[in-house]
Amino acid sequence: MFAEIEQYFRTERLPHIWCPGCTNGIIVKSIVEAIQKAGLDQDKTVIVSGIGCSSRATGYLNFNTLHTTHGRALAFASGVKLANPELNVFVITGDGDCTSIGGNHFIHSARRNMDLNVILFNNNIYGMTGGQYSPMSPSGAKATTAPYGNIERPFDICNLAIAAGATYVARGNSFNTRQLTDIIYNGIANKGFSFVEAIASCPVYYGRKNKLGNAADMLKWQRDNCITKEAADRLPLEKKQGKVVTGILHHEPAPEYTTEYQKIIDKFQGGEES
Amino acid sequence: MSSVAETTQQMPIAINLSWCKACGICYALCPVKVLGPDELGKVTVIQANKCTHCKICENHCPDYAISVVGGKKS
Ligand SMILES: Cc1ncc(C[n+]2csc(CCOP(=O)(O)OP(=O)(O)O)c2C)c(N)n1
Ligand code: SF4
Ligand code: SF4
Ligand code: SF4
Ligand SMILES: [Mg+2]
Repeated sequence: MFAEIEQYFRTERLPHIWCPGCTNGIIVKSIVEAIQKAGLDQDKTVIVSGIGCSSRATGYLNFNTLHTTHGRALAFASGVKLANPELNVFVITGDGDCTSIGGNHFIHSARRNMDLNVILFNNNIYGMTGGQYSPMSPSGAKATTAPYGNIERPFDICNLAIAAGATYVARGNSFNTRQLTDIIYNGIANKGFSFVEAIASCPVYYGRKNKLGNAADMLKWQRDNCITKEAADRLPLEKKQGKVVTGILHHEPAPEYTTEYQKIIDKFQGGEES
Repeated sequence: MSSVAETTQQMPIAINLSWCKACGICYALCPVKVLGPDELGKVTVIQANKCTHCKICENHCPDYAISVVGGKKS
C-alpha cells in the first residue's frame, strides 16, 4: 500500500493536517483507489476543491489540483472541463461548502450534466471554522451555533441531486471502504454529473459536541447504522427506520454538456450553414 | 517532514510511526488484537503471528501509517 501512497500523494506534505481520527484521509484514499482502478492518467486528471477541512485534500494529492474559494469548486471545475473536455475532473467538497454557500452551483451543475465526479465529505458540521451546524446537520444535533440542538431539518442531498438532474448518485461511508471505492469508480464510468455523498466523521467537533465517543466509536456507528440499498429494498419499513441507505441510488444517463457543446462547434466550424 | 521510507516492519505489518496520530482506530478495530497502543497511544504490534491479513487496520488508518504485506487486495 505504501507504494500507492508514494505514487498518488505528495508524500513530502504528509502527515496531513487533519485531526487524529478524522476520516477524511480514509475517503481520500478511496478516491485514489477508484482513480487507479479506472486507470486514469495522473497528468490528465484534475482535482478541484472548495474551502473547509475536507477541501484541504487537494494539497496532498499528486495530480493537477486546484484549491479554490468557498462554495465555488463546481464553478472552477466546470470551467476546467469546458476548456479541455479531455481532462478527468473531480471535485472534493464538504457539506457546508457544497450545500450551504455552494448550493446554487450544486443544483445547476447537477442539472447541466457536465462530466464531473463530485465527492461530498459529509461530516454533518462546519469542521474548519469550529463546529457550526450545516444544512446537513441532523435535527436535534448540537453545534456551536445550536447549543440546544438544531431546530432545522437537514437536506437529503442525494435526493436533492436526483431531483436537480444528476445522472449518477450514490452514497457511501468511511467504514465500508470497498463499497466507497466501487461507487466512486462507477461514477467515473458515468459520462455526466456523478455525485457521491461520503459519510465522514469529525470526532473533534461533531463527535465531541454530540457525545458520540472516540474516532473508532464513530466509525463503528457508520458500520452499524448504514445499510446497502439492496438490503434496504428487501426490509420492511419499520426495520430500516433511522438507517442510512448506501450504494448506487440513481443512474440515468442523459446528454453530457461538453459533448453537446462540441456538436454546436462542429456545426459551425464544419462548414455547415446555420 | 517525513516519508514512507521511514517504515519499520514486523512481518506482515509495516508501520510508519511518524505518520501515526494515535487516534486508536486500528487497534480498536483489529479483530484479533494484533495491534495495541504504545505509551503515547500510537500503534504498536503486540502479536504479529496472529495477524489474518484482513487489512481492516490498513483500510481504516486515516493517516496511511500501516501497510499489511501479503493477503488479499483491499
Ligand atoms: C466566503 C467565505 N465564507 C465563509 C468562510 C468560512 N468558512 C471556511 S470553511 C467553512 C465551512 C466548511 O464546512 P464544510 O464544507 O462542511 O467543510 P469541513 O471543514 O467540515 O470539512 C466556512 C463557513 C470562507 N472561508 N469563505
Ligand atoms: S475539525 Fe473535524 S473535520 Fe476538521 S480535521 Fe478535525 S476532525 Fe476533521
Ligand atoms: S489508525 Fe493509523 S493513525 Fe490511528 S493509531 Fe492506528 S496507525 Fe496510528
Ligand atoms: S490485518 Fe487484520 S488482523 Fe492483521 S493487524 Fe490488521 S486488523 Fe489486525
Ligand atoms: Mg463539514
